[in-house]
Amino acid sequence: MIDDGLTSELQKQGVFVVSAEWLYNWGRKSSIWPLQFGLACCAIEMIAAAAARYDLARFGAEVFRATPRQADLMIVAGTVTKKMAPQVVRLFNQMPEPKYVIAMGACAISGGPFKDGYNVLKGVDRYIPVDVHIPGCPPRPEALLHAIVTLQEKITGQHIDRTRWYDAHATTEFPIPTCGEHDLLPSSNPEVWQPPKDYADVTNAETKKPA
Amino acid sequence: MPTIEQLVEAVRAAVSGAVIEIIPSTPAAAQPALLVDCEHAVAVARYLKDDPTCRMDFCSCVTGVDYLAKGYIEAVYHLYSVTLKQGPIVLKVRAPRELDKCHVPSLTPVWRGCEFQEREAFDLYGIKFDDHPDLRRILMWNEFTDHPMRKDYVPPADYEWEPTPHDDVLKHTKADGGIMPPSAAVVEVKK
Repeated sequence: MIDDGLTSELQKQGVFVVSAEWLYNWGRKSSIWPLQFGLACCAIEMIAAAAARYDLARFGAEVFRATPRQADLMIVAGTVTKKMAPQVVRLFNQMPEPKYVIAMGACAISGGPFKDGYNVLKGVDRYIPVDVHIPGCPPRPEALLHAIVTLQEKITGQHIDRTRWYDAHATTEFPIPTCGEHDLLPSSNPEVWQPPKDYADVTNAETKKPA
Repeated sequence: MPTIEQLVEAVRAAVSGAVIEIIPSTPAAAQPALLVDCEHAVAVARYLKDDPTCRMDFCSCVTGVDYLAKGYIEAVYHLYSVTLKQGPIVLKVRAPRELDKCHVPSLTPVWRGCEFQEREAFDLYGIKFDDHPDLRRILMWNEFTDHPMRKDYVPPADYEWEPTPHDDVLKHTKADGGIMPPSAAVVEVKK
């Protein structure tokens, strides 16, 4: 590794020395293309974040793709109904790796104010792995921008040689729930989500944040 | 618009054999309803639509009401006249709660706009509308077998955990040996 002082000196001479990993991650984090779909009122805030006033383009994430094949990020913006959940999982399966999920708003996180509803999924993280949760009902556009920046930090910290998607044996398919007679079957994907075992885990998870 | 009593007299004269009952509402709502028997519901609806003093050409709302204790379900139609700028007239038909007997006549042949709303009432309340052109579920998926707006509907137990369990969720969490917050004991004492 080249030390920071030498890197700085070289930069003054117009020579940029970075690792391939840094360049790779820099390219990915600067062009996170979200999948263009909204499920409820959070989508309005997402639209506001993409429009001129908040301008998601500053973070390279303004290119909303209308097909999952070209998308890197799924912003689950709104209430996921049980009828919609299989389609959300199917779309996520159709996205190429590396792919990320932002659960935007109380509904996408937990069902929110509609949690008691007979047709409301109690959190999209029961079926697909969520990278960033944004609380709020709906979250302000700034909160979505913060989530994008948080995701960028996560991408920067990823290592090429240890990523899941270059593992030939890793599965990228998440099982799509089927519509049963009373509920979705299964009601959650245990490989992605399991209910906490102890209440202390829930409270500790909030205070014990990794540094 | 004729008063509700005049209306009932006129309908009885026009549709022979129709059994019509006035269901009073609260004084504040001031919206008494006409309860019509199933056999004559379509004829009464046609009369309300065609009569020159009523001209109920617009059915704005179709819904169901479940009377669990009384053992019946009502389909409720709210009718307005766009031509004469009047309304509403509230039309009700009643059927037993049992799923195999819960049949009422469809008014879609009279008001085309009832189609989706009757499908919704079928989906959520299990009211079967006879002679409906396309009676399928509209909100829930086709494989679904329950009718969630019925009072005796039991939702699936998909609360694996709840940060602040209460009421039914609290009982369910306890019964399943789920995790309990420290505050659960306090909640119980208050009850």
